[in-house]
Amino acid sequence: MTLDFSTLLPYTDEIVTGLVTTVWLTVVTTLIGLSLAVVVAYVRDGARENGANIVSRLLGGYVEVIRNTPFIVQLFFLFFGLPALGVPISATVAALIAMILNLAAYTAEILRAGIESTTRGQHEAARALGLSRLQRFRHVVLVPAFSRVYPSLISQCIIVMLGSAVVSQISVFDLTYAANFIQSRNFRGFEVYLVVTAIYLLLAIGLRLLFEAVGRRLFAFRQGGSA
Amino acid sequence: MALVSVNDLHKSFGELEVLKGIDLTVEAGEVVSIIGRSGSGKSTLLRCLNQLERHDWGTIQLADQRLDGASMTPGELSQNVGMVFQSFNLFPHKTVLDNVMLAPVVVKQTPKSEARRIAEEVLAKVGMSEKVDAYPAQLSGGQQQRVAIARALAMNPKVLLCDEVTSALDPELVGEVLRVLENLAKEGMTLILVTHEMRFARDVSDRVVFMHQGRIHESGDPQTLFSQPETPELAQFIASVI
Repeated sequence: MTLDFSTLLPYTDEIVTGLVTTVWLTVVTTLIGLSLAVVVAYVRDGARENGANIVSRLLGGYVEVIRNTPFIVQLFFLFFGLPALGVPISATVAALIAMILNLAAYTAEILRAGIESTTRGQHEAARALGLSRLQRFRHVVLVPAFSRVYPSLISQCIIVMLGSAVVSQISVFDLTYAANFIQSRNFRGFEVYLVVTAIYLLLAIGLRLLFEAVGRRLFAFRQGGSA
Repeated sequence: MALVSVNDLHKSFGELEVLKGIDLTVEAGEVVSIIGRSGSGKSTLLRCLNQLERHDWGTIQLADQRLDGASMTPGELSQNVGMVFQSFNLFPHKTVLDNVMLAPVVVKQTPKSEARRIAEEVLAKVGMSEKVDAYPAQLSGGQQQRVAIARALAMNPKVLLCDEVTSALDPELVGEVLRVLENLAKEGMTLILVTHEMRFARDVSDRVVFMHQGRIHESGDPQTLFSQPETPELAQFIASVI
């Protein structure tokens, strides 16, 4: 058997459609998921300071459930389970929600490590200046916490991007779905999956470079310092 | 009326009673140094004054505020008391200017332009006008501490609490920080300092308070206190530090 990539040419549209879907799912998931993670981490951090309440316990349960069950089961649960309960949901919406909830749970836990390593001195300085807990979190705690765990956050976002291949299982037309689709038509599995693998690889590298560029801007305070 | 008046203040950490009934009044414009061995309760007393620690018993009257441990938001308290720490505690992700502007903007809701003017004014006062755009990690310890003083001053406090503000500094950097404090004292700022700098305590303070085992053991004007200590504990302490 010889490699013949020209057999893919008639399917360029499918590959582009799949790529676009994977990219926008990843972008939206990253933006909403990280924001949600910040909220979850804030509430749970409050529980550490003032004792647990109903909301913080529920969020703790959510984080544990997501982190201790397979992503594909979470996805199936949303896509097949919710309609059974009378809540109709499209494949794309189910995929998006599953990805967001998954990323938020993992990154909330990563962020928590960054938040908890804030020194007592930082809190005391902020309290002495009169900042409330929310003000302290927003203006004093959050950015340094992000900067401390940023490499782990990047990795987690890439994991979720790659994991999004699973959404093809509920017929969301992402990059993997496109590959399966093309392979079932032209039986050129090797060529198709080679190309799609390369695209995923480039996406992962691109996402990392993008994150690192953002990090350099956001965390400029870490550079050029001596202490 | 005294600016600060502390009455029968008690504070315990678990079983350990750290403050065993402190009475202290400080007039506006007065500079009071608190000295004593580590563990004598000096820092705890200071931290009770701005409620970083809540006292168990007794009263603190600070200008028109009565601190009883409850009912007070940090925002209200910070309008009266500023604090400078041993380890500077500047916010590492903010520039010098943003460190100083943060509390006025966020807590007092001062408009940005006005907060900037205040920040530049207090930074000039501590000799840090050149470094407004630097991040803390780019500054020496002495410079960081001067910015920390400016940050506290930006809230225009009635009294400034200084908790061993030179203890973390290299010896050659101590002078620049003490000079700033000395100038503040001359301008009439009320200062309460916990300090190990005996020369500074003697030369700059109006009154020195010697704490021993959770009580004020002896206090008075610095010249007399240092040259003719009344109690053997103070005499011993002075001998050990000078």
